[in-house]
Amino acid sequence: MAPVYELSRLTRLYGSRQVVNINELDILPGEILAVVGPSGAGKSTLLRLLNFLEPPDGGTVRFHQQAVDFFHVPLQVQRSVTTVFQNPALLSGSVAANLQFGLRLRGLRDGHKAVAEILERLGLTQLRDAPAHTLSGGEAQRVALARALILNPEVLLLDEPTANLDPYNVELIESVIRDLNQAHKATMVLVTHNVFQARRLADRVALMLNGEIVEVAATQTFFNKPRDARTRAFVRGEMVW
Amino acid sequence: METILSGIVQGLRLFFSGDPVLWKIIAVSAQVSGAALLISAVLGIPIGAWMGLSRFPGRRMIQAFIYTGMGLPPVVVGLAVYLLLSNNGLLGPLQQTWIPKLFTVEAMISAQVIIATPLVVGYTMSAVGEVSPNLRLQVRSLGATRLQVLSTTLREARRGVLIALIGGLGSIISEVGAVQMVGGNIDGSTRVMTTAILLETRRGNFELAIGLGILLLGIAFLINLSAAQLQGKGH
Repeated sequence: MAPVYELSRLTRLYGSRQVVNINELDILPGEILAVVGPSGAGKSTLLRLLNFLEPPDGGTVRFHQQAVDFFHVPLQVQRSVTTVFQNPALLSGSVAANLQFGLRLRGLRDGHKAVAEILERLGLTQLRDAPAHTLSGGEAQRVALARALILNPEVLLLDEPTANLDPYNVELIESVIRDLNQAHKATMVLVTHNVFQARRLADRVALMLNGEIVEVAATQTFFNKPRDARTRAFVRGEMVW
Repeated sequence: METILSGIVQGLRLFFSGDPVLWKIIAVSAQVSGAALLISAVLGIPIGAWMGLSRFPGRRMIQAFIYTGMGLPPVVVGLAVYLLLSNNGLLGPLQQTWIPKLFTVEAMISAQVIIATPLVVGYTMSAVGEVSPNLRLQVRSLGATRLQVLSTTLREARRGVLIALIGGLGSIISEVGAVQMVGGNIDGSTRVMTTAILLETRRGNFELAIGLGILLLGIAFLINLSAAQLQGKGH
């Protein structure tokens, strides 16, 4: 099956600092690819590139075998991909209004049934009409996830979706991610610091260091038989940079 | 003191009795400042939103011009518009229908648009700039077009935009220099509250001056109360 994304010689600079420098990376349909690595490795920048939110300085991103022109991304392509960011940025208004937002952007006015279903799935039903600014961190992150899931994106990008959350919320969000992947065959890229989470959720894991992909492998191989010394050190919990 | 008290009583009586002279002045004021605010909003909100969201070379220079424009003295604006529209001016001799003539309501509206627009642009720019960049990124990630990002950002900044409009209205409803110079304070035609207060005070006709003064103060108070309440809701 053809990859959803094909990244080739992709670079991104912030000033003179190269934050992404990926020689080659394919992301396969329906897989959960976890990207692990220390802070500042370029993981979040990679997600913004995959969501076409900022242009690369070099190289190409092919989406379904078509090279993407970042300055003229077709709306259909843009809307195939959604990100849940580490810090959930919710719109003012109610939880329900936040969930309906993406649907309304697409001209879909009647999303009440979908909203009710997703709220129930994420244990948010009683917060349907609550103002977004009154939510706790865990609730806000669940709303952010629900707002993305309601769109049934072909690709879901998750940037530390459970960072700073309690075990209940971590378990809930992980189970929803797993269900979505299995039921809808959504392709997911999960950026996480948490190697245990990567192990629990991912089909493949990639280690990113200084903007480069050091190693990408099936989850079992990544953790049990890593090829690169830096991956071995990372898996052992040692400091790598 | 007696004059002032008598003036207040007479002024209130004129106001509540529906005095036609007073109400004509109020109507012209509402027409001039209302139209000027509407035009300033149509021009200023999109420009302010664009300035708040865009980064380009020369932006700081434009920002400095806008901030200078926010403090334009109305008499200077009046003088500039007068010089533009007079028969010896830049636009006056062209005799085009779209160019307002001096001593008309349209000339007064033009002057007030020049006063209010930089305020609307500046406050809108600031309000839009305060919307979190993360939220804008999230909105794009949810599939918004450029226009949808702009409209969502404006919606999120709506209190600031409303305050921009209130600030614009406050600046033009109470100004006297520009409307006096380009409107000429013609009875029944271009006389507004501020120019009428000036004239009636000079004439010693304090009742009407105080009646208008009370009304103007009341409007200014309501405008500032609305702004304070909106700011309070924002925090």
